[in-house]
Amino acid sequence: MLKNFAKDPRPSRRRFLQGSAAAAAGLTVGFRWNGGMPKFASAAYAADGTLAANAFVRIGTDNTVTVLSKHLEMGQGVYTGLATIVAEELDADWAQIRVESAPADASLYNNLQFGPVQGTGGSSSIANSYDQLRKAGATARAMLVEAAAKDWVVDRAGITVEKGVVSHATSGRSATFGDLAGKAAGLPVPVDVTLKDPGRFTLIGTSVPRVDAKSKTDGTAQFALDVRLPGMLTAVVARPPVFGARVKSVDAAPAKAVKGVVEVVQVPSGVAVVATNFWAAAKGREALNVQWDDAGAETRGTAEIMSEYKALAEKPGMPVRSQGDTAKALAGAAKTITAAFEFPYLAHAPMEPLDCVVRLDGDRCEIWAGDQFQTIDQGNAAAASGLKPDQVRIHTLMAGGSFGRRANTVSDYIVEAIHVAKALDRGTPVKLVWTREDDIRGGRYRPMYYHTLTAGLDVQGRPVAWQHRIVGQSIIGGTPFESVMVKDGVDGTSVEGAANLPYDIPNLAVDLHTTKVGVPVLWWRAVGSTHTAYSTEVFIDEVAHAAGKDPVEFRRALLSHHPRHKAVLELAAEKAGWGTKLPEGKARGVAVHESFSTFVAQVAEITMQPDGSVKVDRVVCAVDCGRAINPDVIRAQMEGGIGFGLGGVLYGEVTLDKGEVLQSNFHDYRVLRIEEMPKVEVHIVPSTEAPTGVGEPGVPPIGPAVANAVFAATGRRVRSLPFTRDQSV
Amino acid sequence: MAVSFVLNGEPVSLDVDPEMPLLWAVREFAGLTGTKFGCGAAQCGACTVHLEGQPVRSCSTPVSSVEGQSVTTIEGISGKAAAAVQAAWQRIEVPQCGYCQSGQIMSAVALLEQTPKPTDDDINSAMSGNICRCATYVRIRSAIHAAATTMEG
Ligand code: FES
Ligand code: FES
Repeated sequence: MLKNFAKDPRPSRRRFLQGSAAAAAGLTVGFRWNGGMPKFASAAYAADGTLAANAFVRIGTDNTVTVLSKHLEMGQGVYTGLATIVAEELDADWAQIRVESAPADASLYNNLQFGPVQGTGGSSSIANSYDQLRKAGATARAMLVEAAAKDWVVDRAGITVEKGVVSHATSGRSATFGDLAGKAAGLPVPVDVTLKDPGRFTLIGTSVPRVDAKSKTDGTAQFALDVRLPGMLTAVVARPPVFGARVKSVDAAPAKAVKGVVEVVQVPSGVAVVATNFWAAAKGREALNVQWDDAGAETRGTAEIMSEYKALAEKPGMPVRSQGDTAKALAGAAKTITAAFEFPYLAHAPMEPLDCVVRLDGDRCEIWAGDQFQTIDQGNAAAASGLKPDQVRIHTLMAGGSFGRRANTVSDYIVEAIHVAKALDRGTPVKLVWTREDDIRGGRYRPMYYHTLTAGLDVQGRPVAWQHRIVGQSIIGGTPFESVMVKDGVDGTSVEGAANLPYDIPNLAVDLHTTKVGVPVLWWRAVGSTHTAYSTEVFIDEVAHAAGKDPVEFRRALLSHHPRHKAVLELAAEKAGWGTKLPEGKARGVAVHESFSTFVAQVAEITMQPDGSVKVDRVVCAVDCGRAINPDVIRAQMEGGIGFGLGGVLYGEVTLDKGEVLQSNFHDYRVLRIEEMPKVEVHIVPSTEAPTGVGEPGVPPIGPAVANAVFAATGRRVRSLPFTRDQSV
Repeated sequence: MAVSFVLNGEPVSLDVDPEMPLLWAVREFAGLTGTKFGCGAAQCGACTVHLEGQPVRSCSTPVSSVEGQSVTTIEGISGKAAAAVQAAWQRIEVPQCGYCQSGQIMSAVALLEQTPKPTDDDINSAMSGNICRCATYVRIRSAIHAAATTMEG
C-alpha cells in the first residue's frame, strides 16, 4: 500500500495555488520536497495580491499571515509550534498569524519522517517540520524584502524586518507585509535563503500564546462532531460482541419503526442504522435484532491469554539485542534478581469518540475528520469507495484527542462511514458517530504484554548481566507498514525502550515472542515505552535495591555513555530534593526514559492512603527535547502526559471474558480525575540540539516513578498493572 | 411534540422526541455545538449546561424535563464569573484538545457563582465529574483560583 501511495499522481501546484488564491487575497511560497531537498518553483504566483510564497505560508493584502499546518491539532499545540517556526524566520508579528489545516496532499505535506505519507504521530511534528518551516518562513521574508527593495529602489542589505514591518532606515521607508504581498507575489521564489542565527530568535523559545486558546474556551472550536451539512444524516453501527464475528442475520424492521430512522445498512463491520439525528439512530440501533456468526472470532478471555503468554515466556523468543554472554554472566553472578510484569489492554478513550462526515458524489469523496493519517485514509477511502486516492478530499478539523486512536492503518472509522455513504442516495452527507461504549469495546488497544527480567550482580554489587523477555502482539504486523517496520521478525514498537536500554551493563539480552490474538491492537500514546519504561525502570530500581545502592546514584553510575539521560535524571533529582527527608507516610520514586529522542526524568512524591491506595502528591519532571520551541506548550504536554500515564497505570485495563470486552464507559474504564492529579513542576533542559517532540515522552516515566515510590513507602513492588488490580497495593 | 424552554435567554420550541437528551436537542435541533458528547452516561461532564443556573449533564437530561425552564450553554454564558473564568482559561492556556473545555468551564462558572473563593477541596468536588483526557487538571485548578482572584478585585 505504501508503494501505491508513492505512485499517487501529484496534485498540481496550480490546483493548490488556485485553492489558496480563492481563500485569500494576497503570497504563497510553493516548493516540493524530494529526498529532503526543496525544489523551489521558478516564479512566485500572484493572485489578487496574495503572496503564496510556498505551501506553508500565505500572506494576505489584509496583512494576515496564514500558516498551513500539515499536522493534526489534537491538543499537543502543534498549530502554535509550527506557526512559531514560520513566524520566527519571517519576522512576523505574532498577532498577525493565523493557522489553517493543510489539505490532504502528500506531495506537499508528507511527514518527512514517514516517507511519502502525510500524517501525525511518533511525536514527530516539530522534529520533521523544523528545517522545512524555517526555510518556508525565510523564503517568504526574502521575497518581501526583495519586493521592498525594488519598490523603494534601495539596496536589500539596508532593509530590516521586525514584527511584520519591513523598513529601510536610510530612506525612512517602511511597509507592512500586507502592503508588499502583491508586489512580492510576482517575484521569483529564491532557491537559497539564509536562516537566522538562533541567537537572534525572538519567538522560538518564548511562550507565544496558543492560537487555539480562545476558540477552545468559547465553544467555537470545530470538531468533526460539529460539522453540519444540508441534508446530513447520522449513523451509528451495531458491531459484534466479539472481535472477528460477522453478521449472520438482521431483523431491521424494529429499527426502521423508530421515528427518524431512514435506513438500515449492512456494512463489513456490522449493521449501520442511519437516521435524521443521533438520538433516533441510537434508538434504532437498540431496537435492531442482529444474529452474529462467531466462527473464526476471538473467544478467549484475557486471563486465558495471559496464561499462554506466561507459558511462552519459559522459552527464548526472537533475539532483539544481544551483547556479551548473558547466560554465562548470570550463571557466574554473585546475586541474581528476577521479576515478571503483566500489562493489560488499554483503550485510548479520547474525549471525542471516533466520528467523521463523509459525502460520496460520483467521482468525489469528501471527508471531514480529525484526521491523523491523511495519506493512509485517502488510500483506504479510495479502495472502499472505488475511487482514486486523489479523488478523496479530506478536510482536517481539530481532534478532541487521539492518543494514537485516529491514526490506524485500516482507517477503520473512515472506511465504515464510506460503506454507509455508499448505501445512501448519491451526495448525501453522513456523520458516523461512535458512542463511548463503541469506543471502549471497539478494540485497537494498547496490546497486553508479559515481561520477564533477570539481572546479575557481581560481589561489588555492580550489574553484570540483564536478560529481558517480552511477550505480546505486534502493532505493525499485518499492516502496510510491516515491510518497513518489522525487521527479522521483530516489531520495533514491541521492544522500543527495552532494546535500547541505556544502562551500561556488559552482558545484555532482549528477546521477543510475538503472539497472535484476534483482538485488534494499536499504538497508544508513547507506544512501546508505555510498558518497557515500566518494566525496565521498576526493575532497575529492584536491582539497585539488591545492590544496596541509592536508586538515583545507581542509575547515574550506569549512564556514563548517555549524558542526556543523566542530565535529566540529575536535574529532576535535584529539583525534587532527592535524598531529603519527607514526612511520615510519604515517599519518592524516580524514573528516567527516552522516547522519540526526547529525554524525560520524573520524581514522584506519594502518600500511602489508609486503604492501601496511593495518592500522588507531586511530580517533578525534567525534560530535554532539544531546542524548546514553546516552553509553555512543553510544560503543558508534560503535565498532560503525566496525568494520562498516571490514569493508565492506576486504573486502566480492558479485560475480556470469552472474547467479550467487560468494560463499556468511564464508570468501569476509569481514567484520572481532577482530585487525583498531582502538582507538577516541569524543568526544561536548555539545549541547542535539534528540537524533538513532547506529545508522548511525558507519559512513560510516571508509572515506574510512582511504583518505585510505593516500594520506598511499603517495600512492595507493583508488577501487575493496573495498580487497582495488583494485590500488593 | 414540541418542547418549549428558554435557551441562552431566547425562547425556543423544538419539535423532538421528548425522551431525546437535551444535549442532542441543543446540538442538532438548536444548532449550538459548543456542548459536547463524551459518554452519554453522566460520567464525563463534557455535556454540562446550566439549568436554572445549576450545572446538569445534558446527555442524561430528557429534553421534555426542561419544559418551561431556562437553559444556558457555553455560547450563552455571561456575567462576572463567566468572564473571569474564560479570561483565566485563556491566560493560563488551559485547553489542549479543547473538547472537554466547554463542560469544564460550565462547571467552573457554576462553582464560582456559588462559591466565589473556592478551596482546593471545593474545586475537587465541583470538578470531579468533568473528565479531561488531556489531563489539563493542573491548569483547570489554577485558572479557577485565578478567576476567583479576578472576581474579588
Ligand atoms: S456526555 Fe454527558 S456526562 Fe459525558
Ligand atoms: S482538553 Fe482534551 S479532553 Fe480536556
